[in-house]
Amino acid sequence: MTKQNKKELVVSAIENGTVIDHIPVDTVLMVLSILGLDKYEDEVLIGNNLNSKKYGKKGIIKARNKFFEQEDINKIALVAPNATLIVIRDYEVVEKKFVEIPKKIEKILKCINPNCITNKETIETKFNVIEEKPLKIQCHYCEKTMTNIRFAE
Amino acid sequence: MNLKGKNLISITDYSKEEYLDILRLAAEFEKNPKQEILRDKVVASIFFEPSTRTRLSFESAASMLGAKVIGFSNPSATSQSKGESLHDTIKMLSSYVDIIVMRHSIEGAARYAAEVASVPFINAGDGANQHPTQCMLDLYSILKTQGTLENLNIALVGDLKYGRTVHSLVQAMSNFNATFHLVSPNELKLPSSVKMHIKDANLKYEQYTNLEDVIPFADIIYMTRIQRERFSDPLEYEKVKDSYILDSAMLKGCKETMRILHPLPRVNEIATDVDKTPYAYYFQQARNGVYVRQALMAAILGVK
Ligand SMILES: [Zn+2]
Repeated sequence: MTKQNKKELVVSAIENGTVIDHIPVDTVLMVLSILGLDKYEDEVLIGNNLNSKKYGKKGIIKARNKFFEQEDINKIALVAPNATLIVIRDYEVVEKKFVEIPKKIEKILKCINPNCITNKETIETKFNVIEEKPLKIQCHYCEKTMTNIRFAE
Repeated sequence: MNLKGKNLISITDYSKEEYLDILRLAAEFEKNPKQEILRDKVVASIFFEPSTRTRLSFESAASMLGAKVIGFSNPSATSQSKGESLHDTIKMLSSYVDIIVMRHSIEGAARYAAEVASVPFINAGDGANQHPTQCMLDLYSILKTQGTLENLNIALVGDLKYGRTVHSLVQAMSNFNATFHLVSPNELKLPSSVKMHIKDANLKYEQYTNLEDVIPFADIIYMTRIQRERFSDPLEYEKVKDSYILDSAMLKGCKETMRILHPLPRVNEIATDVDKTPYAYYFQQARNGVYVRQALMAAILGVK
């Protein structure tokens, strides 16, 4: 077995499903939870702190028999903007998908305004993306615009 | 006009044409304010934060149209003070009334409550966020005194940084090719996020620190209060506080048609000797709030 093949086996191959590559090492668990893979019942393989040519260290997730819509993928844009999703069928790469910043971001963020209703009652947050680069979002409720984002606990 | 069932939470919820429709309708109500067109309607007027001026304006608007008004003006009298959520209060209220008017101290409470409510909703102020009916009565007052909203020189004076009414007015008047003259101490300049509305509309603004500079050419002088607590340095406040007091002597050489507006209450930023000049419009401005609120309730309830 070549050295290259051994490296690929660090996280073993899947027959059908999706490989999510180039995840920042500190957001792998967040990506799992945003995509609902923490509650997924089929096989999920996770690798972290793997060497990456582009980013130094990276995380990778492989989910067996799981395929995502573009809309779902975009939900991880804030935590893993450079992630690539590789769709596997019969051990072959059939498609590569990239994340795009969505127009609306629901649930995962927290409003920075302490006097916002979302910080006073149990309400799912909603933000509209005003600008993508640099990222500027506006709270759907209190209408505050913000450039630094905070994730809900 | 088709505003039936359309909530008013933020000034951006209505288009320019919808604003103009409401202003036209307000003019009708000004001519004939007592019409029993809401005789079979119940209006909820719920004020989680006291605001006597706004509440009385809404409630007299509703009563003049024959509606029943229920609600509260004192938050400690409500079940919220016993821990009931805003969600549950609004759900319960929706089954009793035809429209809800709400004031709340928390930003975003209005948008949220409107989503929970099953009846139309008017925001009467949510914390530092929005107070759209104030903005509409300002527009109505400008239209009435100038005969148009287009191509005017609007001078905004005082606390332009924190003044919510100023921010909304800039945003609204950016639809009408206004030129903005921004008069404030350096510490209280208009935020760049609000200046963006002016730039986006390709309009001009000029910044001043001296109030007298804008008097000769202003069509509207919109005065606001400067509060001591907005200054990080109390000495800075002492330095500037008197320079934003408008008195009748300063008005020599102003345009004949110029009118002075103020969201009220005033403290001392307009000297009382201005009140009897033909330029004072702030008391009439407050009265216009009733006609604008009549127009809104009638349009949203689909009777006009
Ligand atoms: Zn918010």
